[in-house]
Formats: sequence, C-alpha cells, structure tokens
Amino acid sequence: MSGKLAERDVVNGRESPSASGLAVARPSAARRYLNAQSDSAFSDGFFKTLMLASALTIFVIVLFIFLELAWQSRMAIAHFGISFLYRSAWNPVSEDFGARPFIYGTLVSSLLALLIAVPLSVSTAVFITEMCPIPLRRSLSFLTELLAAIPSVVYGLWALVVLVPLLRTEINPFLMRTLGWTGFFEGPDYGVSMLAAGVILAIMILPIISSITREVMSTVPQSQREAALALGATRWEMIRISVLPNARLGIAGGIILGLGRALGETMAVTMVIGNRPEIARSLLAPGYTMASVLANEFTEATTSLYLSALIEIGLVLFLVTIVVNALARLLIWSVTRGASSRMA
Amino acid sequence: MQQRIQQSGQTWRRWKNHLATGTAVLGALVVVAPLLAIFAYLIYKGASSLNWAFFTKVPKPVGEIGGGMENAIVGSGVLLTVASLIGIPIGIAAGVYLAEFGRKRLLSNLVRFTADVLNGVPSIVVGIAVYSLIVVTQRHFSAFSGGVALGIMMIPTVTRTTEEMLLLVPHAVREAALGLGVPNWRSTVSITLRTASAGIITGCMLAFARVAGETAPLLFTAFGNDDKSLALNQPIAALPLQIFVYAVSPYNDWHRLAWAGSLVLIFLIVVSVSLVRYVTSRGVLKGAS
Amino acid sequence: MGVGIEVKDLNAWYGSTHTLRDIHLNIPANHATALIGPSGCGKSTFVRCLNRMHETNPIARVTGTVKIGDLDIYNDVSPVVIRRRIGMVFQRPNPFPTMSIYDNVASGLRLNGFRNRQALDEIVERSLRRAALWDEVKDDLKRKSGASISGGQQQRLCIARTLAVDPEVLLMDEPASALDPISTAKIEDLIFQLKSEYTIVIVTHNMQQAARVAEKTGFFLNGQLVEFDATTKIFTNPSDKRTEDYITGRFG
Repeated sequence: MSGKLAERDVVNGRESPSASGLAVARPSAARRYLNAQSDSAFSDGFFKTLMLASALTIFVIVLFIFLELAWQSRMAIAHFGISFLYRSAWNPVSEDFGARPFIYGTLVSSLLALLIAVPLSVSTAVFITEMCPIPLRRSLSFLTELLAAIPSVVYGLWALVVLVPLLRTEINPFLMRTLGWTGFFEGPDYGVSMLAAGVILAIMILPIISSITREVMSTVPQSQREAALALGATRWEMIRISVLPNARLGIAGGIILGLGRALGETMAVTMVIGNRPEIARSLLAPGYTMASVLANEFTEATTSLYLSALIEIGLVLFLVTIVVNALARLLIWSVTRGASSRMA
Repeated sequence: MQQRIQQSGQTWRRWKNHLATGTAVLGALVVVAPLLAIFAYLIYKGASSLNWAFFTKVPKPVGEIGGGMENAIVGSGVLLTVASLIGIPIGIAAGVYLAEFGRKRLLSNLVRFTADVLNGVPSIVVGIAVYSLIVVTQRHFSAFSGGVALGIMMIPTVTRTTEEMLLLVPHAVREAALGLGVPNWRSTVSITLRTASAGIITGCMLAFARVAGETAPLLFTAFGNDDKSLALNQPIAALPLQIFVYAVSPYNDWHRLAWAGSLVLIFLIVVSVSLVRYVTSRGVLKGAS
Repeated sequence: MGVGIEVKDLNAWYGSTHTLRDIHLNIPANHATALIGPSGCGKSTFVRCLNRMHETNPIARVTGTVKIGDLDIYNDVSPVVIRRRIGMVFQRPNPFPTMSIYDNVASGLRLNGFRNRQALDEIVERSLRRAALWDEVKDDLKRKSGASISGGQQQRLCIARTLAVDPEVLLMDEPASALDPISTAKIEDLIFQLKSEYTIVIVTHNMQQAARVAEKTGFFLNGQLVEFDATTKIFTNPSDKRTEDYITGRFG
C-alpha cells in the first residue's frame, strides 16, 4: 500500500506542480469575508412572511369579494327577502325586482351549452388521446388551447356577425319545421336568442372540457390499456372498458368546470341572447342571464335599491360559481392526486 | 352454427369499433370547424380593415368614417401595466410560498383551492367588487380600478404556474445552494426562481394574454374613454371594451374597426400561447438533471 | 487550516425511524476520515448532521452535540452560518444549471453578497486549479453552462464551488458513486491533496476507496457507530466481529 501511495504522490506532483503554491494564507479573503457576514435569520424570516402574506392575499380577495357583495346588496335582501330569487318582476321604474328570468336564462343557456359541448368535447378528447396520429395530436391540442384563449368579446363579435344570421336564415327555419311541435322551437325568429347563446357558450367551453378530459384520460396507466387489448378487445372496447371508467370522475369534474365557466360568461352571451327579461318556452326567443343584466344595467342603475338588486344578482352568481367550481376541483383533484401518488 | 354466431358477433364488434372511431373523428372535426371559421373570418375581415390610422388615430364622432383605436391601444397598455404590477408579484410570491414553504400543510392546500376557485369567479363579479371598493369611494371611474380588477384576475394563473414550475426544479439544486450557506431567500430568488424562470415568465405571459381580452370587469371600472389618456385616476379606453361597443353598434365602419381590434388582440394571444407551448415542449429546465 | 470535529450523544430520526443512535466520535483535523457501512446504515445521515443539512427535511429531527473546533453548531449558530464554514459535496453532481462554470464557482461568495470582481477572478481560478479542472474549462469559463460538461467534470466543478468559500471542513457524501473509474481516480487524487489543509469526511460504500484515501475509518451499522479507528487497523485487524464480517464480505 505504501508503494501505491508514493506512486500517487508522483501523479499528483505531475498533475498540479504548483499545488502547494496554490495554498493561501489562512484565513483567506473569502473566509474572512464570510465570517464577517451576519446570520440571515431576519431576512429569511422577513422573506417567508412576505411570501405567506401574498399567499393569504388570494384568500383575502375571495373573502373580500363575498363580503363586499353581501354588504352592498343588503338593501335588496332586506327589501325582497328570499322571494327575490323566484319573482319574475323586473321593473326599475316601480322599483320592483326579482331575479327569476335571469336565473332561468343563465341555467337554460348553460345547460344548452353542456348538451352540445359534452358529447363533442369528450369524443374529441378520446380522438386526440387514443386514436390520433401523434403529429396531428400536437396540432389539435394546440388548436383547442387557442380556442380557449380567444377573448369572449371576439367570440361575441363573430357570433353576432356570422352565427346569428346563419341561425336566422338556415338553421332556425329548419328547426321550426321539424321540431316546432315540441314548443321549444317556435317563432317569431329574431336570430338573437337563447339558442344562439347556448351555441356560442358551447363553442367557448368545449376546449375546457376537452383539455381536462384529455388530462385525466392520460393519467390512466398504459398497463390498463394493454391489459384490455391483450384480452382481444377492439380499440373502442378498450376505451370503454379501461379508459372511460377510470377517468369518469375527472371527466365529470371537467364538465362541471365547463358549467362554471358558462354560468359566469358575460360578453359573448350579452351580445347574442337578446337581453329581454322574460321567460319563454321557445329557445328561439330572446332571454337574459345574470351576467348580462349586470353588464347592461349596472352603470345605468339610478336608484340605490336598483343598484342593490343588481349586486344581489352578482352575489347569487358568485355563490353559484363558487359551489360549482369547488365541486369540479374536488372531483379533478381526486383523480389526478390519486394518479400522481400511484406514479410516485 | 355456433361459428356463424361467433362470426356475426365479431363483425358487430368491429362495426362498433369503426362507428366509435367515426364518431370521434366527426366530433373533432366539429370542434375544429368553428375555430377555423372564426380565424379565417377574423383574418379576412381584420386584415382588410387594419391600416396605419387604426394605430395612430382616436375614434371619429358617430357617423363619420375613419378614425382608429389609438386611445384603446394606449389604454390597454396602461391597464395591463397596472394589472401586471399587482398580479405578477403577488402571484409569484404566493407560488413561491406554496412550492417552497408549504408543501403539505393544510394552509397551502386551502390557498391552492382558493386560487382555483378565484380562477372560476366570473370576471364581471370581480368587476362589481372592485367597483364598490374603489370606484364608489373615489366617486369616479378610473384606469387604476380597471387595473386592479385585471390584476386580481391574473393572480391565480401566475400562482399556479409558478408553483408547478418551481416543483420541477430538482431537489439537488436546492441542496447545493443550502450546502453553500446561502441565505434561504437568496437561494430561492437567485437559484430556484432563476432555474424555473423560463416557465414562470411564460405563465405570466399567459395570464397577461388572458386578461388582455377581458371586457366584463372593465365595464364599470375603466369605463372607456374616446380620447387618449394616460391618467390613472381618469376613465380610460381599452381594446376589448372598444371592440364591444363597436360590435353592438349599427355602423359598418365601427364593425370594421371592431374586427381590426379583434385581430390585434388575437395576434397578441396567439403569440403568447405559441411561446408558452414552445418553451414547455423544449423543456423548461433544459440542462437541469 | 481545518479544525477537528467532536460528536457527542448524537441521535437522529426521520419521522419515527431512529436512524442514528448515540454516536460518539472525534474526527481529527487535517486528515481524511472515511465512513463505511452497508446502505441504510446511517452514514449519510451522519455527515448531513455535521452541517445541519439533515434538518432541511421537515420530518427530520436531531439531538446531541456537534462541535466544529470550539463551535457548538446546534446551539451557538444558525444553520446558514455553519454551512458557510463546512463545505459539502453531494452524491450526484449538482451544479446550478442556469449558471456558467465561472458563476457556479463564484456562487457561494456572490450569493452571500461578495462583490469584489478582481478577488473573485482569482478565487475562481485558484479553486478550479485546486479541483484539477482549470485546464479543461479555462477557455469557456463564462460561455459554458455548469450542466453542459461531463459528469466527472461536474463533480469537480462542485468541489471547486465548495473550495471557493474556503471551508474548514469538507464533507463528501459518496462523491464518486455516480462517476466512471477515471473520474473517480481524479476525485480521489484531489482528496489526497486537499486533506493537508482541510478536515475531510468522506462517506463511501467502496471499501478500497476508504483504504486509499483515509487515515481514519468509521464503520456504521444499523444507525450505530460500531468501530472507529485507524484505517489500517480497521482493514487488517478490526476489534469488532461485525466489522470483520463486513470488510471480509460476509454480509451486506
């Protein structure tokens, strides 16, 4: 072993002849500097507090929105009580307010949107994750992402200029002829209508539902897919047996998230729904939503009771979307959390 | 006999498979169609309406042809600056807290949850809350209040992306900084955040692009203004607001301007979404093991 | 110069697992000390207790006394201060991926606020020379990222980064386990040179490595320090049966 050591010393000597010359007088400048540095406990504590305060800000903002809305709508709440939610009157002149047509319009337009969007977005997600060739998959998911990023007002503009005339001249007459007997598609046909709002909302929530569906479907382990295929299942059977049941909860979460978005969507709906506070059976008749009435009338509210009633509508909208979103998040978390712990 | 039954079962299964595939393809086509339609129409209408005056002129009075949206472009710039100054620091700091200080605690889960919920609060509701807080107290509409509303809406996106990107930074990198005796705040700022910076910047851009197109919260905060203004305590124009007003107007020339404005907005958004995609596909933490 | 390390009654836990039990140990100054033992025996936890890295894991806990020179590191100072005086080289090379080679070496000083450029240039060159990396990287110090060089070079870069702050003690947690034989030999050469000026504690699962570089060796088993003695004694005539079983390959 000593022979080995000697050999190593020679190697060392050759590799860095100035090894001893590199040694500096201790303590070196670096060491003196660092020893003089004080402890960072104070700045670290300050930093952490600052970060914590920012995180809590998010909390405070949501709480603040709730309290502010509740406080500002106290007059309407006191005046109309619970009947505000189911009364149909909306008359600023006689100061008689009820939210029923708006709640109705919000629910119907959103459900209509889900009816159109859910089958389409789930099948798109199935297509993209399970069937599509990879290069096409990338561009398709990019396109759906873009679809999600287009501003509401641009959708509205397009709907107003392209969709509404198309509905009025081509689609609505057809619907009236074939399905008019149901009562859901009766004239007069204005073009701007509940149906137009439902269609544009469907286009807007498609990318949300489809991207979340894709996300949860991709958390289904490959082994599950292979197990089904190994048993001789066709691709569709594999999707039905292994993929969809595993992703069920997450897809439900995505749908509810889409619903949340549809309930609160303002601009595009305001531009095409017709803005009439009446409840009609026909989907071709104009309607009104909670978000649209806020957009249209908030700056015109002249009396304090009128303003207070509008803010109460905002409060209702806030509470509904909070519940819907919370539900959606919990469902999505329950799927993706489980998946990440499986992977870990 | 039995074989024939089996065969017809096989055929039926194959048929169902084709049917399902066909439905999925059709679904995808129906989804892509409106997007392509919107884009094609937007580019066709917008490009033919876009001209130099659009960027350099303020709107003409009702009925007169011409004019542009300089006021709205400048206004959106002011609003987005205020929004970014509020939303980005708070969002990043909250993301840092979630990723670095509170990985498993109840409080962080609550904050995460609230951020997701805030993301789903309708923008018009945020507008009302800011209206009651700022506009009512100041007694006038202002650029500042509009910026606050947009800033609030940026926070959740920035927070969640920051957290996600920070969690991608390898533990070994944090340990290296700790082992050198670098103060905690310094290693978070100069090492961890810097390592994740590409991802965080793209997250901020995404949030920026989203609120750039927001109209509803500005209706009763920024309010709109036909003149160019830079003052924070005055009503101010914004691109999406102006598009809305022009879109629902009966004048052809205003429709033309609305299309041009939409094209400008979409351009901004497409660029940032593509950038986000480019950076994330290339690997946010290139070189980090 | 390096300083000695005195460990008394050291106990450590991960959650409810008791990973170190009643460790007593005196590590001599300016020598290399090797810690060996089967994986999971607590040797890595032990070195991580010497610069208070163990406690960065939220579920970890430590009791007992560790004195570096005259300094009681668990009572007299904060973890940040003690880590400035005790350098650590990790199992996997972990250069800062966004920094150039130069910035990596300078990081320990710069991130603590050191601003003197001329002094930094000197320190960076000297540290890279001492880590036997200078000749390989001197042409692209500021051009190449710390993550773009080979694994062996990265580990020497990490050693240079540690040397730049001129620590009194150098802790190495299996520094060569992720490297090829040639890079391993280079790292061992380095340890050999550096030990006259630093107190070096090296964790290794490679007994030949311990025999080559260290004067003193400690054998860990199941969270206990079974035996601590001169390296030659441990490898030729261990006093404990368990040590003998381990070094002769009868278990682990």
